[in-house]
Amino acid sequence: MLAAMDQSDMQIDREKQKQEAHFRNLMKRVAQSHDRQAFAVFFDHFAPRLKSFMMRKNVSAELAEDLVQDAMIAVWRKAGLYEPSKGSVTTWVFTIARNLRIDRIRRDVHMPMTELGTYDEPSDAPEGEELLGRKQEDGLVAQALKSIPDEQRQVLLLSFVEDMPQSEIAQKLAIPLGTVKSRMRLAYGHLRRILETRS
Amino acid sequence: MKPAHHLDDSTVLSFAAGTLDDAFSVVAEAHLSMCPACRAAVREAEALGGEVLDALEEGSVSDACRAKTIAALDQATLYRLPVAPPRSDLPPALVRLLDISSFEDIAWKKKAPGVAMCDVKLPAYAKGKLKLLRISAGRAMPEHGHGGEEITLVLKGAYHDHMGVFARGDVADLDEDIEHQPVVGPGEDCICLVATEKPTRFKSLAARLMQPFVGI
Repeated sequence: MLAAMDQSDMQIDREKQKQEAHFRNLMKRVAQSHDRQAFAVFFDHFAPRLKSFMMRKNVSAELAEDLVQDAMIAVWRKAGLYEPSKGSVTTWVFTIARNLRIDRIRRDVHMPMTELGTYDEPSDAPEGEELLGRKQEDGLVAQALKSIPDEQRQVLLLSFVEDMPQSEIAQKLAIPLGTVKSRMRLAYGHLRRILETRS
Repeated sequence: MKPAHHLDDSTVLSFAAGTLDDAFSVVAEAHLSMCPACRAAVREAEALGGEVLDALEEGSVSDACRAKTIAALDQATLYRLPVAPPRSDLPPALVRLLDISSFEDIAWKKKAPGVAMCDVKLPAYAKGKLKLLRISAGRAMPEHGHGGEEITLVLKGAYHDHMGVFARGDVADLDEDIEHQPVVGPGEDCICLVATEKPTRFKSLAARLMQPFVGI
């Protein structure tokens, strides 16, 4: 837990930094020169993870691969819009895949997910937001995820991977809705504290 | 003015995970369009999603999928940001759904003296209900609990209850067991966007009594 986590535990994750720098470089090549080779490297890293992400109950392997294909093509089309200050490349890919999963599974043209960035004005970016991408590269978010209790991590995985609303999680785990919410609040509070120690 | 009352952390996480029901998602997005602090919070929560994706086991992707994706790049046009809708006092998330551009265009239905409502139609798969609520200046609502999940966003005017003053941009993202008695300030009507669960589930007596009154 955080209290027991001294400076040595908070060490920068060099591997992660290297990986992010590599991804950012690939993104730049895709955005600036439509570099197919860079895209292929990107595909080989992300497609297998996206396949797992898309495969859940009621989703066939065919549909999952369709969604992987759509997500990767969206990466190609949107590469120029990626902003490192707002989060890591992996997080950006996650948001693309998440929005696609919502749109394709709900299939509704009236309510596409809006990109959060459309609401940003340069003047009102809160202090610290610009640093999120850097902190994530340093492995702080990954560390937060590793250092929370299993029961909190389980709730996060059911949300982010299994795409389950809070009420379904409560049902599946046979716990009150309030407990699902409080586990989410604790997990998020933990992440916040870790990010703040490095601001 | 930046909002003073924010989304609950559990709502932030569920929004980032993409699992909020549409009614709640629209209210959350409307608040986000007015609240830089909650946008930053959602980004942090999305970063968790990124790490989760990064740590997922690798599924097997067929060669056909890879080949098809790469072949499709030829036809893929570069993405262009959609043209921003004209500036409006209504949040973009609501403008999209209602196809109106100002408070004057809302088709109100009177529900009780000083209370008017407008249902916002959602796609059939949505589990919650979304409505606009207009309460006249100086009016007090009866004390009530919610008997279900509920998020309220103030779009115009202000009300106060024991948790403080809620003005434009402020969101009341309350646990279902909290009771309150909102009072609208004098001078200006208060218009709120309210997401609730459909009224079939575990309604408290207070909420049932309220039902003929506000219809939720």
